[in-house]
Order: sequence, then structure tokens, then C-alpha cells
Amino acid sequence: MNKILLIIKREYITRVRNKTFLLSTFLLPLLMFGLIFGGAMISANSNEKRKIAVDDESGLYKNSFKNNSAVEFEYPSGVTRADYKQKGYEGLLVIYSAAKQKADSIRLFSEKQLGFGTDEAIKNQIQKINENMLLMERGVNRTILDSIRAKSESDDFLNYRSYQVKGNEIKEDNKILAIGIGYVCGFIIYIIMIIYGQAVMRGVMEEKTNRIAEVIVSSVKPFQLMLGKIIGIAAVGLTQLLLWITLIFVLSSLSSVFISSDFLQHAQQINATTGMGQDNTAALKALEIKNIVFSANWVLIVCCFVFYFLFGYLFYASLFAAVGSVINEDPQEAQSLALPITMPIIFALFIMMNAIQNPSGSMAVWGSIIPFTSPVVMMGRIPFGVPETVEWWQLALSMISLVGGFLLTTWLSGKIYRTGILLYGKKVTLKEMVKWAFKKS
Amino acid sequence: MNTILEVQNLKKYFSSQKAVDDISFSISKGSIFGLLGPNGAGKTTLIRMITGIFFPDSGNIQLNGKKFNPSDDVIEIGYMPEERGLYKKMKVGEQAMYLAQLKGLSKQEAFTRVKEWFERFEMQTWWNKKVDDLSKGMSQKLQFVTTVLHEPKLVILDEPFSGLDPVNTNLIKDEIFRLSQKGTTIIFSTHRMEQVEEICDHIILVNKGQKILDGSVKEIKQQFKEHIFSAEVDRLPASLTHPSFSIVQQENNNLTLKINEGYKSNDVLLHLINHQSTIVSYQEILPSLNEIFIRLVEGTPTARKFEPVTA
Repeated sequence: MNKILLIIKREYITRVRNKTFLLSTFLLPLLMFGLIFGGAMISANSNEKRKIAVDDESGLYKNSFKNNSAVEFEYPSGVTRADYKQKGYEGLLVIYSAAKQKADSIRLFSEKQLGFGTDEAIKNQIQKINENMLLMERGVNRTILDSIRAKSESDDFLNYRSYQVKGNEIKEDNKILAIGIGYVCGFIIYIIMIIYGQAVMRGVMEEKTNRIAEVIVSSVKPFQLMLGKIIGIAAVGLTQLLLWITLIFVLSSLSSVFISSDFLQHAQQINATTGMGQDNTAALKALEIKNIVFSANWVLIVCCFVFYFLFGYLFYASLFAAVGSVINEDPQEAQSLALPITMPIIFALFIMMNAIQNPSGSMAVWGSIIPFTSPVVMMGRIPFGVPETVEWWQLALSMISLVGGFLLTTWLSGKIYRTGILLYGKKVTLKEMVKWAFKKS
Repeated sequence: MNTILEVQNLKKYFSSQKAVDDISFSISKGSIFGLLGPNGAGKTTLIRMITGIFFPDSGNIQLNGKKFNPSDDVIEIGYMPEERGLYKKMKVGEQAMYLAQLKGLSKQEAFTRVKEWFERFEMQTWWNKKVDDLSKGMSQKLQFVTTVLHEPKLVILDEPFSGLDPVNTNLIKDEIFRLSQKGTTIIFSTHRMEQVEEICDHIILVNKGQKILDGSVKEIKQQFKEHIFSAEVDRLPASLTHPSFSIVQQENNNLTLKINEGYKSNDVLLHLINHQSTIVSYQEILPSLNEIFIRLVEGTPTARKFEPVTA
């Protein structure tokens, strides 16, 4: 036992003292934000404006198409299918008509695929314009039509909220917040499992190729060496997590200081001068968002996060260690042998993305119980509420099977590791690894 | 002399081959024991069983007259594998301390021992260097120190001199002798026969998982001698043909001759003296361990090709 402590200590100290630890501790959150916001930016910007020429033979649709973020319409005269491109348009919308004031068919021509979004936007607009025309045919005049549309789209009319009800308890349903928290938590666990799992694999490979393993194994049991490494790296991960939580806490308390001093004063001033409930100012909105954020069950989320963070890592770490132990200096071999382990982790990420859309679906439920995917998927579901969305038995079953799975993978991997770590020069196949794992000792 | 290690009918079969097939030997306390054998003979497997890394399929290992128990007895054994193993990114001092503590030394004990050995090998200035910064010879010295740091009763060295310059080779060699005088038993595994002749008291030769030779260096040489002598005379005798011997090689007045079956040295000498040759020197040429090694491992027919002397 004392020797495992020594191994853990060495593993922890050499890693924490390393510059890459500090670097990754502060760069990983930046990278995460970059990925999430960068991804959002890209998807927001990907709808470039398409300039489309409208050739309206019927005369019905003249100037009726509204420009939006995706499409811009112009009504030049004399554009044909042959020259719309030279005139600077990406597409040509032709409204065919045999008689005046009658549209027979509408066709869009373009060289490139204009994308699903553009197609939908045009179709929606045509539908709306047709609707307006039909209404006006029945005698609704233009001004009434405009005022109806404006009013029906205003906040007063569209005051929609959803609630979760359990007995006497009524709680506002914050889907966006739950999706956000679930996505971020699941994604962090996914990254942790991959990064730290591979750190274990590389550590084992280093010990094998440097032949330190042989020296150390003459002092301690191979299983102790493997376990010491895995626990040592887990301690590094927890340290990193603690630093992140501290960082988030400091940042959020800083931001709340700013909000209360600047914005809230402003908000109170406005309230005082203009009276109650006039405008929803930015400050009040910020306050509302803050209240919404605090409405989440943070204690439960953080506890579950730490649990799945730790055991998700432990479940996979020993598998990565087993793979590291059979590799001989060849990084390509490492990749191909690590693939069967990284696949379920990546698969878990996809299930999680599905689960945050439909947290009570059967794929989400089973994905969050089976230990191969549960750490990522369960963290995607928990923000939707325990026990409203994730029932207690599901959480318990998921946790028990993850801990059980961890014990099982560690036991099997230990057997592969024991044989692999001292075997040089021989290429080991997956089949042999499985044979070692189930061999009776 | 009493034995420190007794190996009885040790067997270890892998799926593809019999790595160690029924090997027995014993090593007496304080001796330097040579474990020889070609590549793939089963030496490493044998050593791994003695160091407790592998469990034998069958057979007994007795250390100090008691059954070998890996978890308790590792403190008694120091093992330096052929391929050096050290953490490259770790500082030299910490590395030595770590390995010593893994063997079961307390922190203070480890510290004093490491300091002592570093002084002896003039390595004090290395303490805060990374292993990466050391030359091959330097890291080998460090590896040796970490092997003997916990003062094991049995030290197993696999090719300890590979990559060392003559100065450092002598340094390590002297340490081996010093340890041996202090009562430490040393198992020395190598292919370098001249070192074996110089250092070892007792050797065994292993081939294809089996022991094919066991004895002291002297005994083995006697066992494999081919009655070849070298003689130097002031002038050559008139006749060099005599039933007692045949000339193997002749270089001016230096003769290499093989005594024929049924004759003795004195018959040769009498012949030379009778022909008015004064003997300047006369000496038996014993086969080197290298020759014996090659002959045994390669099998007699091919060995002839390599050793024209015996033809």
C-alpha cells in the first residue's frame, strides 16, 4: 500500500510541476469557449446573403419579397436564365404566368446548390405573400392586415412559458439553460476522458519503451504500478477541476459585482423616473438571466459532475493502460489499438447531443445507464432535473453500473497489462489481448 | 561456503516455446556467478523468475534456504536489466530516491545512501539534472547506483558494461569486486566472454532453455582442453616429426603443437631436448570461454569452421 502511495505521489508531482499542466489548465477552458462560441459564430455566419433576381411575369409578387438574413431579392428587368450570373445574382426566381395577375408556377434556377435554408426561406415567403393576397381578395385591407400581423407577433400576444409540475411544486422549465449546462458538462467529461485516458496510455508506453517497468516491477507488483499511475493522474485531473471551479467562481462573482453596481443602479433609476414595469431594460434582463441561472440545481449538478468525471475517467483509464502496455514504440500501432476504446467515447458524445434535445427518450435513458457512454450522456440529462427527467432509479443504476464497470475493466486490464508490459518486440493483436484478459491466473 | 540461491528444476513454458526447461543450479554466498547464453536462450526469463517478475510454471527457488517469496524478498535483490530503464524527465537525485523508496527504504535512509553513493561515484553535481541531460555512460552509472542502493544480498546485472568507456568499466568492475568482498552475491549475465573469464568464479551456460554447462571457469577450461601447447625454443630441432605430437602452427622458433593421444608433455619435451633445442618457454593453451561458448552453442560441425586451431 505504501508503495502505491509512492507511485501516486511521483506521478502527481511530476505532472503537476510540468509546464504543460499549467498551460492546459488555463488553455482548455479558452479552447472550450472557442469551440462553443466559434461553432455558434460559424453556424450563424454560414448563411451568407444570397442575391436573387426575381423575374415576375405575373406582376403579383413585385416588391413583395422581404429581404432577410439569408436572402436578398431584387427585381431587375430583362434578366434571363443565360445572364443572371453575369449581372451578379446567385439565383433566378422565375414566376411563370400565362395571364396577367395569375401565377402558374414558380421556379428557382441557380448554378450552385443554394442550401436548404435558402429554399425554405423562399418557400415561406411565397406562402405568406399568397396568404396576404387571399385575405385581401376577401376584402381585408392593407393597413388592417399589417396591424394584425404586427400585433400577433408582439410580446404581449406571444407570452408563452412552459412549466414543470410535480405535485404542488411548479417550476419554470428552462430548456435553454438545461441544454447549455448539459452540453458543457457532457463535453468537458468527453474531453477529460480522451485527454487523461491518452495521458495514461502514453505514460504506460513511456515506462515500457524506456524499460523502467522492468526495474519497477522487480520492486512492486505490475497491478500496483498500473493502479498508482491511474490514481496519480486522476489526482491531477481533480486538481485541474478544482482550479477550474475556483476560476469560474471568481469570474462569476466578479461579474455579479459589476452587474449589481452598474446595471442595477441604472435599472433602479429608470424605474424611479418612469414608474413601474415600463421597459424591460437590459439591466433587468441581466438580472432575470442571473435568477434563471441560479434556479438550476447546482449542488446536485456539481456532485454528479465530480462523480462522473472521476469514474468515467477511471472506467476508461485502465483500458487505455492495457493498450499502452502492449505497444512497442510505434505510434501508429497505438492509434489503431486505441480506436476501439475511443470509439464508444465519441459515440457517447453523439448520444449526449441527442439526449439534450430529447432527455427522456429511450436512447438517452439507456445511454446514460450503460457505463461505456453513461458519464457523458448522464451529464447531458441531469440539468433537466432529478427526479423530474432523470428518475432516481436511473441515476442510481447508472452510478452503480459505472462503479461496477470500473472494477471490471480494471481487473481485466490488469491482466493484459501484466503480460504486455514485459513483452518486447512482438506485435500484439486485439484477439491476444482479449485472451490474456480472460486467462485464469 | 553456504548457498544463497538454489534453483531446482525451474520451468517456464510460453505458448510458443519452452523458455526455461528444467534448469537447476546453486550459487554460493559472496561469489560472482556468470549466466551465459546466446540471445533467446532463456536468460532473461530465468532472471525474471529469480527477481519475482514471473512465476515459474514448476520448480523451486530458494533464497537463503527459504522458499523465495517475491513480495518480501525484493529488498534482498537488486536487478539491473539489460536495457536501461530510467524516467527521462525526472531529476537524477529524485529518481534515485524514488527507486530506493520503492524497494522499501525510508526517506531518510534513502537520502543518506544516495548521497553516499553519489559521492563515491563523483555524481554529486548531477542531483538536479534531468536524466535526459546525462550521457549514456552517465545514466548507466546512475542505473548501477540505483540497483545496489538498498544493499541487496543478491545483485543481478544484465550486461552491465555495454556502452561504458574503459574508465567507467573499471569503476563498475571495481565496485563489483568490492561488493563481492563485502559478501554480496552477484549474478552477471553477458555475452562478453573475456569479462566473464576476468570476473566470474562460477558459470552456467544456457541454450534453448536448458543448462548445457555448469562449473568454475577453471574446471570448464580443463574439461574442454585439447592438449595444445605452445613451445619456444632457441633453435629448431632437426626433425619436427614425432609420434607424440603434431604441429599446429609454426612461426620461426615458436611452435604450437597438439599432443597426440597416449602421449604426455614430457614426451614432447624429451624429443626437443634430445634434438639439442633449448626450451625457452613451454605452456598449455587452454581454450578461451569464447571458443567453448561458440563450440557448444553452434554445435561441433560448424564450430570447426570457426576454429582452425583445433583441426
